[in-house]
Amino acid sequence: MAASVINTYTDPGMPEWLSAPHSTGTSIMACEFDGGVVIGADSRTTTGAYIANRVTDKLTRITDHIYCCRSGSAADTQAIADIVTYHLNFHKMELSEEPLVQTAAAIFRELCYNYRDSLVAGILVAGWDKKNGGQIYSVPIGGMVQRQAVSIGGSGSTYVYGYVDANFKPNMTKEEAVKFVTNTLSLAILRDGSSGGVVRLGVITEAGVERSVILGDQLPKFYEG
Amino acid sequence: MSSIGTGYDLSASQFSPDGRVFQVEYAAKAVENSGTVIGLRGKDGVVFGVEKLVTSKLYEPGANKRIFHVDEHVGMAVSGLISDARQIVETARSEASNYRSQYGIQVPLKYLNERVSMYMHAYTLYSAVRPYGCSVVMGTWTDYEGPQMYMLDPSGVSFSYFGCAVGKAKQAAKTEIEKLKLADMSVKDLVKEAARIIYLVHDELKDKQFELELSWVSEATKGKHELVPREVASEAENLAKQALADIEDSDEGEM
Amino acid sequence: MAFMGDTMNPAPLWHNGPTPGAFYNFPGNSSTYGPGSHPASDFKAHSASPITTTTTVIGLKFDKGVVIAADTLGSYGSLARFRDCPRVMKVNDLILLGNGGDYADFQYLKDIIEQKIIDEKCIGDGLQLKPRSLHCWLTRVLYNKRSKMDPLWSNYVVAGIQDGEPFLGAVDKLGTAYEDAAIATGLGAYMATPLLREAVDKGGLDEQGAKALVQKCLEVLYYRDARAFQRYQLGVVTADGVTVEDLAEITPRWELAHMIHMK
Repeated sequence: MAASVINTYTDPGMPEWLSAPHSTGTSIMACEFDGGVVIGADSRTTTGAYIANRVTDKLTRITDHIYCCRSGSAADTQAIADIVTYHLNFHKMELSEEPLVQTAAAIFRELCYNYRDSLVAGILVAGWDKKNGGQIYSVPIGGMVQRQAVSIGGSGSTYVYGYVDANFKPNMTKEEAVKFVTNTLSLAILRDGSSGGVVRLGVITEAGVERSVILGDQLPKFYEG
Repeated sequence: MSSIGTGYDLSASQFSPDGRVFQVEYAAKAVENSGTVIGLRGKDGVVFGVEKLVTSKLYEPGANKRIFHVDEHVGMAVSGLISDARQIVETARSEASNYRSQYGIQVPLKYLNERVSMYMHAYTLYSAVRPYGCSVVMGTWTDYEGPQMYMLDPSGVSFSYFGCAVGKAKQAAKTEIEKLKLADMSVKDLVKEAARIIYLVHDELKDKQFELELSWVSEATKGKHELVPREVASEAENLAKQALADIEDSDEGEM
Repeated sequence: MAFMGDTMNPAPLWHNGPTPGAFYNFPGNSSTYGPGSHPASDFKAHSASPITTTTTVIGLKFDKGVVIAADTLGSYGSLARFRDCPRVMKVNDLILLGNGGDYADFQYLKDIIEQKIIDEKCIGDGLQLKPRSLHCWLTRVLYNKRSKMDPLWSNYVVAGIQDGEPFLGAVDKLGTAYEDAAIATGLGAYMATPLLREAVDKGGLDEQGAKALVQKCLEVLYYRDARAFQRYQLGVVTADGVTVEDLAEITPRWELAHMIHMK
C-alpha cells in the first residue's frame, strides 16, 4: 500500500504518531464469470517504503456473499468496511434475507462521498445475490459508484489496464477467471513497488465464498528482462 | 361490544380487565363506517378499487381521493378517516424516500409494510395519542418478486393477501373476491371485477352518491403505480353497471 | 442517509468518541496538545479538486426543441478509467439535463433530482417541474455549496420546453447561470461554441440539422480534447417529450494523416 501523506497537522507540540503517513499502495481486482465473481489482491502494506505487513488480507468480508477489496488508507478502509458490515448485518435482519450487492455498494458510496475530504479509500464491492447474480461495483476516491464486469484498483492497477482490456472476455468459466485475475495481479506486483507478497483470492458464488492463496514464489512467470 | 365504557376505553395505554384495548377497537369501528376498499392481487399485478362516498354535492368531482402514490412502484388505497389516512401516506412516502436515498434502490414492499405497521402500532401504546382511524392497502409489482399486497389495520397488524376488502361492505366484498381465481387472472380482468364488486356492494339506500376509484400496478405499467386510464376505467364501470342492472332484472323476474 | 443526518449536511465521520491525545482532558482543563484543544471536528477539509471527471457537455436549441449531447468517459486524472458514465438524463417530460465535471457530485445531485420528481408524481395533480424552475433551483444549490467553500464540481446544462418555447440554460460550479441558444462547457466552450454560434446566427436549424451539428462538435472535441471519448449519448426535448437515444459512436476521420509527408 505507496506512501502519501495527508491530513497532517503541523502543530509542533503534537505527538509524532498523530501525523504518521497513511499506507496506500495496492493491487486489487474483481472479475465477473459465469455464476459469480472472482476477487483478488496482493498482500503488501507499506508505511513509506517500509513493508509493515507482507501477508495482509485486503479481501474483507461484508456478508457471506459480499466482499470488498480495499485500497487506500488501511485505517480508513477497515473502518468503512466495519461500518458497512454493521449496517448490512442489521439490514439483513430487517429484510430476513441476504442483502443485495447493490445495497452494499450504495452504503459504501454514501460513506465515501459524504466524507470524501477526510477519507482515502478506493474500494471494489463484489458479491453474489439471487436478484442479479455476480456483480462488481467500483467505488473510487471521490465517492462515485459504477458497476463493472471487470474492475481493477490500487496503485498497481495503472500498470495493467492494457492487459485487462486485452484479455477480459465476458462469460468466462470460473477457472478462466481465476487464471485471469492471478495473471493480472502478478503482472501488477512485478511493476508496482507498493504491491507485492502473495496473491489472495476469493471466488464468490451462490454457494458462498472459496478463499485461496498463491504464494509469492509460486506466481506465474512473465518476461523479466 | 358488550362492556362499553366502564372507564377502560379512555386511553390506548390501558387494558380492560378482560385484556382488550378499547381505543384500538373503536378505531377499527371508524374504518367500518367508511366506503369499501378492495385490493386484488392477480398473476401480473395488483388492482385497487375504492368506493369513495361523496358526502356533499358541493364537492368537485375527484375531490378527497382515496388512492395515493407512495413511490413510483407502490400504491396505497385507504379506508377510514381520510385525514388520518393522509398522515399514513406521508409516513409511507418518507420511508420509501429514505430507503431510496440510503440504499439506492426502490423499497421492497415487505420492508415498507413493516415500517408503516410499526408506526401505526406505536399509536396504540400511549395515553397521549389515539390510534389511527384508518386501514390501508399497499401493493406493488416488481420484475423480481411479482405482485405483492399488504393490508394494515389500526392496531398495527398487517398481512399479505391475494385479495382483501375493508370498509362498510367488507363482508359482501370478501364473499365476491373469494369466488375469483385471483392467481390466474390478469390485471385487465381484475379491473373489471374490482369495478363490478364495488358497484355490487354499494348500498344505494344508505349512501346515495359515490365515485369509483381504480388504480393498478402491474407488469404492463412497467411496475409503476398508475390510476387506471379513463377509457379502461369507464369500460369497467359500464360493465359493472350493466352487471348490476342484469341482477336487478333477474330479481324482478323471480318475483 | 438517516444514520448520517441530513443529506445536505452529513454528521461528522468521527463523533461521540474520545479525542486522540485527550484522554486526560477534564472539562475546563484542556491540554496543550493541538487535537485536544481543537477537536478534529472543528475543521472541515474541503474538496480541492474533482476526482473522477467528465468533460464537455453540449446543448443546442433548434426551431422546435433542444438537443443535448455528452460523451460517456469518466477520467481519473489522465487515466480513461470509466467508459460508461452516462450524464444526459431525462428529468421529466419537459426537461432534459446534461452534466460535466465530478461524476460523484453528479450522481449525488441526480439522486436528489430523481426524488424530487417522484415526490411530484406522488402529488398526482399532473403538474410537472419546468425547465426554468430546475435551472433556478440548480443555481441555488450550487451557489449555496460554493458559499460553504465546498462546491459541487459540476457544470449543468438544462434543456426543455417552457410555455411552448425551447429553453436552454447553463449553471456552473459557482452557481453562475445564463441562458443561450448554444452552450458548451469545458474545453467545448472554446472549440464547440464558435461552431454552434455560427449555425445559430445563420438561423433555420431543425432537429436533424441540430443533431448533425452537435455530432460534428463531438467529433472535433474527440480530435482536440484529451479527455474526450468516442462513445456518446444524445438527448432531444421537444413538445412531444424527452428522448435519450441509445449510445452512439463517433466515426473519426484520419485520412489527413496521409497529407503529412513522412521522410
